[in-house]
Amino acid sequence: MKKALVFFSSRKSWTLPYLIFSIVFVIVPLLLIVVYAFTDENGHMSLVNFSKFLAHPEAINTFVYSIGVAIITTLGCILLGYPAAWILSRSNMGYSKTIIMLFILPMWVNILIRTLATVALFDFLRLPLGEGALIFGMIYNFIPFMIYPIYNTLQKMDRSYIEAAQDLGANNFQVFWKVVFPLSLPGISSGVMMVFMPTISTFAIAELLTMNNIKLFGTTIQENINNSLWNYGAALSLIMLFLIAATSLFSTDSKNDSSQGGGVW
Amino acid sequence: MVRRVIEQVYLWILLLLLYAPIIIIIVYSFTEAKVLGNWTGFSWKLYESLFDTGAHHSLMNAMINTIAIALIAATVSTVLGSIAAIGIFNLRARSRKAMGFVNTIPILNGDIITGVSLFLLFVSLGITQGFTTVVLAHITFCTPYVVLSVMPRLKQMNPNLYEAALDLGATPMQALRKVILPEIRPGMISGFLLALTLSIDDFAVTVFTIGNQGLETLSTYIYADARKGGLTPELRPLSAIIFVVILILLIIINRRADKAKKTE
Repeated sequence: MKKALVFFSSRKSWTLPYLIFSIVFVIVPLLLIVVYAFTDENGHMSLVNFSKFLAHPEAINTFVYSIGVAIITTLGCILLGYPAAWILSRSNMGYSKTIIMLFILPMWVNILIRTLATVALFDFLRLPLGEGALIFGMIYNFIPFMIYPIYNTLQKMDRSYIEAAQDLGANNFQVFWKVVFPLSLPGISSGVMMVFMPTISTFAIAELLTMNNIKLFGTTIQENINNSLWNYGAALSLIMLFLIAATSLFSTDSKNDSSQGGGVW
Repeated sequence: MVRRVIEQVYLWILLLLLYAPIIIIIVYSFTEAKVLGNWTGFSWKLYESLFDTGAHHSLMNAMINTIAIALIAATVSTVLGSIAAIGIFNLRARSRKAMGFVNTIPILNGDIITGVSLFLLFVSLGITQGFTTVVLAHITFCTPYVVLSVMPRLKQMNPNLYEAALDLGATPMQALRKVILPEIRPGMISGFLLALTLSIDDFAVTVFTIGNQGLETLSTYIYADARKGGLTPELRPLSAIIFVVILILLIIINRRADKAKKTE
């Protein structure tokens, strides 16, 4: 009893409301996905949802295609974003901060409006909608999430490593590949986290950019839930969760870094 | 020298590409044409009809819902998240790590998993989905960001300050209000603003938790609109206004942050 009293008067106990909240709204719902995924419509335990997925070439195709689009988007974001982050990390602080702000600012426009604006841009330039528009739109939507973490790691990098490499006779190319690039890997991996998964899981975006010709995995999940196929939808979500877990294991090193992502302001 | 020029040109081309769609929206908000991309001369008509309450009542309603949900969700997550951050900060290393992990789950999951999982929760509990469920869902994905923005402030704080206040006769409540709160306030404010923008921008989680009682937010309105094939022309001036308001807000916030840094 006394122990309980001590606990409730200490500031540790302040974790409790959030702990309870998280259990109800985060952990239990996730367990519900697992429960629904492994039961059929009548509530009996079964693997029918997964065999349905494996028997459905369309769902698997969408899944594989989504991963492909996500990989291309992620690579595109790295290829275009890395140089930008690199240039910014070498500019003076005030200037680079302003530019970073400018990169992040469009994120505050509703994602659907941004996407429709991209469609308008393609119409305006008389370019056809389709795969090209899809990749452009995805890179457009997610590149700030790549530039920002890479910029952060490059910014914090100790400049004397570069000087040391140069003193030891490395040329510019070697300095980049052997020193700068490896040191910026944490930034890249948190960028990958923030680009790869959202690309697969967005829904509606792909349809708008391709005039309903291409859909990604997120849409498949949403359609099934919408059509009251909750169990199948839950199974597809679980497959996605595994993918998320795999991606986040791949980038665990950068966890400390990505947790500072809130410092945009 | 040449290299510097190339570098700057690269940056600005990238920025130009990022802003091109937004610029198009803003430019075409000043013309009457129904279809985006048709220029039929300068006009304020879309702005007028946006604020003409009769014609686009449902759009304005959606906007009001979006703002109401965002304000409630951001306020609750700021309170919940700040209290949680103080609690987590005072936990022992292992429990702190565990809570930290629980806190990152909604961030890692992504919208769609959060949406599906909450949908299943509400369905299993037999709760009718509507305004309340959307707010609860938004609190769920906003609070982790508040915790993450308050936490660094607590880490930077001198732990002796709190003890000193207690030694000087302050009650724990007073020490909290007069010592801890001022220290974490900047983190709370940025957490609040982050939660606000996340909530306003959200689409996926809202779609799953909004139910079918006819409630609309800006995102679901645009989604329904886009599925019908077109964009209500009044969305152009609305997006333009939102963009400019946010631009001004961000400039103010940054000014404040710079000032705060200078006075430190």
